Amino acid sequence: MNAPEPAANIPLIEFRNIAKTYGQGEIAFQALRGISFSIQRGEFLAVMGPSGSGKSTVMNILGCLDTPTSGSYLFQGVHVEHLDRNARALLRRSHLGFVFQGFNLLARTSAQENVELPLLYRGEPPEERHRASREALGLVGLSGWEHHTPAELSGGQQQRVAIARAIVTHPLVLLADEPTGNLDSKRSHEIMELLVRLNRERRITVLMVTHEPDMARYSSRVVHFVDGLVASDAEQQEEAACS
Amino acid sequence: MFLSAILLALREIRRNLMRSFLTTLGVVIGVAAVITMVTLGNGATRVITDQISSLGSNLLIMRPGQRMMGPGGGGGAPRFRVSDVEAIATQVSSLRAVAPTTTTGVTLVVGGENWTSTVNGTTNAFFTAGNWNLAAGRFFTEDEERLGLASCVIGNTVREKLFGGQNPLGAQMRVRKFNCEVVGVLASKGQGAMGQDQDDVVILPLPTVQRRLTGNRKDVPSIMISMQDGAETEYVMEQIRTLMRERRKLSDGDEDNFNILDTKQIAETLSSTIGTMTTLLGAVAAVSLLVGGIGIMNIMLVSVTERTREIGIRLAIGALEHEVLLQFLIEAVALSAFGGLSGIVLAIISCVILSGLMGMPFLFDPSINLLSFFFSALIGVLFGYMPARRAASLDPIEALRHE
Repeated sequence: MNAPEPAANIPLIEFRNIAKTYGQGEIAFQALRGISFSIQRGEFLAVMGPSGSGKSTVMNILGCLDTPTSGSYLFQGVHVEHLDRNARALLRRSHLGFVFQGFNLLARTSAQENVELPLLYRGEPPEERHRASREALGLVGLSGWEHHTPAELSGGQQQRVAIARAIVTHPLVLLADEPTGNLDSKRSHEIMELLVRLNRERRITVLMVTHEPDMARYSSRVVHFVDGLVASDAEQQEEAACS
Repeated sequence: MFLSAILLALREIRRNLMRSFLTTLGVVIGVAAVITMVTLGNGATRVITDQISSLGSNLLIMRPGQRMMGPGGGGGAPRFRVSDVEAIATQVSSLRAVAPTTTTGVTLVVGGENWTSTVNGTTNAFFTAGNWNLAAGRFFTEDEERLGLASCVIGNTVREKLFGGQNPLGAQMRVRKFNCEVVGVLASKGQGAMGQDQDDVVILPLPTVQRRLTGNRKDVPSIMISMQDGAETEYVMEQIRTLMRERRKLSDGDEDNFNILDTKQIAETLSSTIGTMTTLLGAVAAVSLLVGGIGIMNIMLVSVTERTREIGIRLAIGALEHEVLLQFLIEAVALSAFGGLSGIVLAIISCVILSGLMGMPFLFDPSINLLSFFFSALIGVLFGYMPARRAASLDPIEALRHE
C-alpha cells in the first residue's frame, strides 16, 4: 500500500529459476524444477495442470505462504524469496488477497466481520472498517447480507464474501485457488464474471489455479504446468474470454 | 494493534459463549473459594479479638505458681493476700484498677427456681478492670465491700434464669447457705472467647465470699490488674514482678512462685492460630484456583486444534505471529479475568450468607479480592501462553489444509 509506484517496465512479479524440493535424501520430492516467468500488472492469469504438476506449490510461493528452495522471486522488483515469516505476512497483508476453494470464512461470524478481518490486522479504525467492508460487500453484490453468518449463505454467496474479504484492502494481486471448485456451473460463471470485473475495473492482477478449461477461458493468459515445469504459456484474446 | 487483538479475542469468546462459560467455571469456583475462606477467617479473628477485648482492655491476670503448671495450678505456692492488692495498686504506675478475685461454683435459689453459676468475690475495681457496665441498680458501697455484707451484683444470664421478667433489684437470692440482696444487674457481654457465657456470673464482695463460701479469710487466689491505655505492658509486668518477688521474700536464685498472664497476648495467640488456619484453608482453595487455570489451558489447547483452519486463514490474510499469539493469550486472560470477577461476586454472596449463619461480622477485604483477581488473570497468562504459542507457530499452508 505504501510501496512506490514501480517503473512501467518492471514486471509486478518475476520468477527466476524457482525450484522447490520437499523432504531430503531418498524421499526428496522436487515439486518445481526451475521455472521462470513474469507477470505484468493487470493480467488475469490462469494456472492449470494435472495434480502433482506443481501448480499449488507455485501459488503458495506466489502468495508468499512458502519460500522457494532456490531461485529468485521479485515482487515489484524487490527480492522477497528470503523474507522471514513476519515480513511475508506483512507483504500478504499489504499487497495480496486470497480466495480459497473451500471459502474459508470464520464460522458463526457475520459476513461483515469476516470482511473486516484483514482491516483489523491492519489496525484500521472502526468507522473505516465498517465503511470499507460495506463497500467491498456492495462490490460483490452482497449489500443487505452484512449480518448473515456463513451458515446462512449459499456457496456462491460465501465465495463472494471471501472475495470481498480479499479485495477490501485494495491488494495488487488476488490469488484464487480453485475458486469455483465447490460451486455449480451457474454460480461458477457468476464468480468468474466477478473476478473479470474486478480485474478490469480495479486493475487487480488475478492469479487463479483451476483445472476447468471453462473457467480458464475467462483469463487473459493461461500457464500450463506439467511435472514441475512450465509446459505452455499463452496469451488469450479478450474476445475469446467473453464468448 | 493491542486494541484489535482485544476485539478479536472478545469476538471469539462471544462466538462460543457456552464453552467460554464452562471454561471459566473452574476459576470462578477457585476465586470464590479463596475469598470466602479468607473473609470468613478474618471474620472469625475479629470475633475473637472483640471478645477478648470485652474481657477487659490491657488486662493482666496474676496467679500463684509457675506458668507451666497451668491455670489454677501452683501446687504449694502461697496465695496472695489482700495487702498484695493494695501494694500493687499504690506502688505500680500506670494502672487503672487492681482487683482481687476468688472464684467458686455455687447453686443459686430464688423462690422455686435454682441455677448453678460462678461466684466472683472481688471489689468494685473488678468492674473497672473487666469493662463491666450496669444495666440496672448499683455497684457495691464502701461498707459492703469492706465489711463483706450480703449484697450481690448479678450477670444477665443469672437474672434471666432466676428472675425471668421480674425486677431483681432488692430481691433476696439464696447463695449456697446464706441469703443476699441483689443490688445491681450487669449489662450483657455475650459469649466469651472460649465459648463460655460471660453473663453467667454473680459478684459478691471479697470478704463475703472468703468468710461464707471459701472459708479461708485472707487468701486471694488471683489478682486482676487493668493497665491504663498506652501503658508499657512489659514495663508494668516487670514492676509487678519485682514488687511481688520482694513481698514474697524470694532471693535472687529462686524462681517466681507466681505468674502474670497478659490477656492481649492470649488474644494475639488465638488470632494468630486462626490466621494460620485461614492461610491453610486459603492455600487449599488456591489449589482449586490452579486446577481452574489448568482447565483453561486444556480448553485453549483443544480450541487451538479445533481452530487450526481458522488460524490458517488469519495467517494467510496477513496476521503476524505475535498478533495470533496475543489474540489467544488475551482470550485466555479475558476468560480467567471474567472468571475472577464472577468468583468475587459469588464469594461476596456466599460470605454474606455464611457469616450471617455463623453469627460473624462480614468484613470485606479489598486486598484479598484484588489479589485473587490479579492471580486469576496471571493464571490466564501462564496457562494461556502455551496454547497461544502453539497457535502462532502453525504453518499457514498446513493449517489451511487442516480439516
